[in-house]
Amino acid sequence: MVYSLPEEVLEHVFSFITSDKDRNVVSVVCKSWYEIERWCRRKVFIGNCYAVSPAIMIRRFPEVRSVELKGKPHFADFNLVPEGWGGYACSWIDEMSRSYPWLEEIRLKRMVITDESLELISTSFKNFRVLVLSSCEGFSTDGLSAIAANCRNLRELDLQESEVMDLSGHWLSHFPDTFTSLESLNMSCLGSEVSFSALERLVAMSPNLKTLRLNRAVPLGKLSTLLQQAPQLVELGTGAYSSGIRSDVYSALSKAFLGCKELKGLSGFWDVDPSYLPAFFSVCSRLTTLNLSYATIRSPDITKVINLCPNLQRLLVLDHIEDSGLNALALSCKNLQELRVFPSDMYVADANVTLTEQGLVSVTQGCPKLQSVLYFCHQMSNSALITIAKNRPNLTCFRLCIIEPRTPDYLTHEPLDIGFGAIVKHCKNLSRLSLSGLLTDRVFEYIGTHAKKLDMLSIAFAGDSDLGLHHVLSGCESLKKLEIRDCPFGDTALLANVAKLATMRSLWMSSCAVSIGACKILSRKMPMLNVEVIDENGTLNPKLDNCLVEKLYVYRTVAGPRSDMPGYIWTMDRDSANKI
Amino acid sequence: MEGGYSRVVEDVHPQLLDLIPNERNWFVKKDNNNNIEGDEKKLELRLGPPGVEDWSLSNAHKNYKSPQKAAQKRSAPAPVVGWPPVRSFRKNIASSSSKPAPAKKEKMVDSCQKGFFVKINMIGVPIGRKVDLNAYDSYEKLFVAVDQLFRGLLAAQNDTSGGRVNGNHEHDKAITGLLHGNGEYSLVYEDNEGDRMLVGDVPWHMFVSSVKRLRVIKSSEISNTCCLGSRQENIKL
Repeated sequence: MVYSLPEEVLEHVFSFITSDKDRNVVSVVCKSWYEIERWCRRKVFIGNCYAVSPAIMIRRFPEVRSVELKGKPHFADFNLVPEGWGGYACSWIDEMSRSYPWLEEIRLKRMVITDESLELISTSFKNFRVLVLSSCEGFSTDGLSAIAANCRNLRELDLQESEVMDLSGHWLSHFPDTFTSLESLNMSCLGSEVSFSALERLVAMSPNLKTLRLNRAVPLGKLSTLLQQAPQLVELGTGAYSSGIRSDVYSALSKAFLGCKELKGLSGFWDVDPSYLPAFFSVCSRLTTLNLSYATIRSPDITKVINLCPNLQRLLVLDHIEDSGLNALALSCKNLQELRVFPSDMYVADANVTLTEQGLVSVTQGCPKLQSVLYFCHQMSNSALITIAKNRPNLTCFRLCIIEPRTPDYLTHEPLDIGFGAIVKHCKNLSRLSLSGLLTDRVFEYIGTHAKKLDMLSIAFAGDSDLGLHHVLSGCESLKKLEIRDCPFGDTALLANVAKLATMRSLWMSSCAVSIGACKILSRKMPMLNVEVIDENGTLNPKLDNCLVEKLYVYRTVAGPRSDMPGYIWTMDRDSANKI
Repeated sequence: MEGGYSRVVEDVHPQLLDLIPNERNWFVKKDNNNNIEGDEKKLELRLGPPGVEDWSLSNAHKNYKSPQKAAQKRSAPAPVVGWPPVRSFRKNIASSSSKPAPAKKEKMVDSCQKGFFVKINMIGVPIGRKVDLNAYDSYEKLFVAVDQLFRGLLAAQNDTSGGRVNGNHEHDKAITGLLHGNGEYSLVYEDNEGDRMLVGDVPWHMFVSSVKRLRVIKSSEISNTCCLGSRQENIKL
């Protein structure tokens, strides 16, 4: 009988269950399991920092060692969320510093964190090990100095794509001489030079260093020195990858790479001088991840590299790879799981770059394990999309961005409805989808009908009417995140699906056709949602119910309306709400 | 909870059922959105006394004035904000110099980079200038700007009498011919691959994304093959 098992045994069993979803399921089996589980939960993931409060988290899970929080909406990555919106880590750090003395890991994404908070982290948690600040902002190298100086057991410091105020390159020197625990350092986002001697010293005293991502300012000539100190590296991000014509630099680099027998991932490659590429050819056969998305090298050079990397699983690259490079990829890299192709020119198709839909079709044909695609291009056709769908029904993430909004099928001039329809129909495990091109309400009907596992959907410049949005909200059972911009979706669909919004993490709608009146109704009917209207221009008149809102962000929460909203956000005054 | 809300939904939105036809050849009732106001008034009567809740700003928001920033954002010439969906640090990779990204936090509001300055040197003028390519949207405007930049300097170099006064440069000799390529001077640029190219062959945007620096040279130089740098091959015409 389950209920006669002692707590310690159950706790031990639960310790093997690490996924959040599984833990959540365990916790609702019965009251005693809920109690046991909450005392032994060590990792908490909060996908929207405003969905819950620090106090609630701490009350329920008193013994947490690892916290992951996400703040701003995804569209903040593309400057659609105004400054001062929120996502402040401060209150979380403050409360955790009081209640979680044994906290080891903090991971933040799209949040604002100050130097004061970083200093508090560095002094509050004696066993602190992992700090990941992904796409964060609000802090400077001073905060990093505090982390370096005080976190004796730090293993991982990852500043991935954060905006850091670069006050001094000497923060690295703050790691004490006794510091030997570093395993992973990602400083690739830092703009200015760090003290190279400090960097060298750090690498030399970190025998467990597995991941090192340098910033652009670290010159190529210094890279070989670092590699010689750390031949055990598994992931390396280079700095600028050029150095004039220096044969001594080249040979030192080449020799250093030869010594890196464990290297599986390469990134960096700013300002690439193609003549230095062969220096790392010796590691290519082992590479599983290659990020060339900052390298403006041309297709022949890229192809040469790809042909040497048969074990590649993940490739990030610019559209300079062209169809020819993608064809080579399809032939050489049978283990490819993820492909991301970024645009080199934001607006105009570069006449020298021949990247079309054919490249993507080739890869989906040749790479049987391909699951995740992010592809920027200038043209697409329904027939190509249908072929892709039939080639790769195992796709789980398909993000296509045709750069010019509302571009039709370039062959038939039709909308791309049936193409994307084929994607959702064949790829039954699709969990993330981004649409682009000319699309009518019909594509949303297909999505609502077929995309039953879809977790996140991004829509831009698409659809004809509310029916499109209604199809998505009423049909996509697993939908958790929906972000929409510049679509003619409005009140009717939103208000017809209010209950759906409580099953989702968040909804973003900007430059659509939602009125303030509908927002009021939504707020009234759904007290468990925060309905935030962003009015940056100050032109919104909340008394005029049919006034359209600029940007709308709706999310479920148990923490009530947030107290840190900037002046340009409107929300319903809860104090005068009717109680049902 | 589901039951409670669904009833309200049905009462409130009979018009949605009209949107979903039986036979799947759907159509949209164009005036549905316009009816919202009318239906909403019915709504208010159902849910309670109208006008009880107020849509208001909390205290922190009262007297909020749209900041100057917003106005400035709107006045910048748009490409569409946030499109294509590429993060700021990925933009202009090709056109960035080998120096690292600026140290201070840059607020990238539009998808354009603010102030893209490139060096420009002119033969015979020892001091170079800088031009902001984002301030122009065509070659014509660039040529005019280049002309204005160097006209005075060039005249000063050639003026043997000395003592030139600042100000009116109208009478100085214009650097004609940049536009048509048959004058005394030509404008060339170094691109992201280190090659020297004649300005004007490719669309403006393409030029901006690949240019690293500019030079005004004598047109007669174009026909010579000369050593212009360690990575130079031939000057392309």
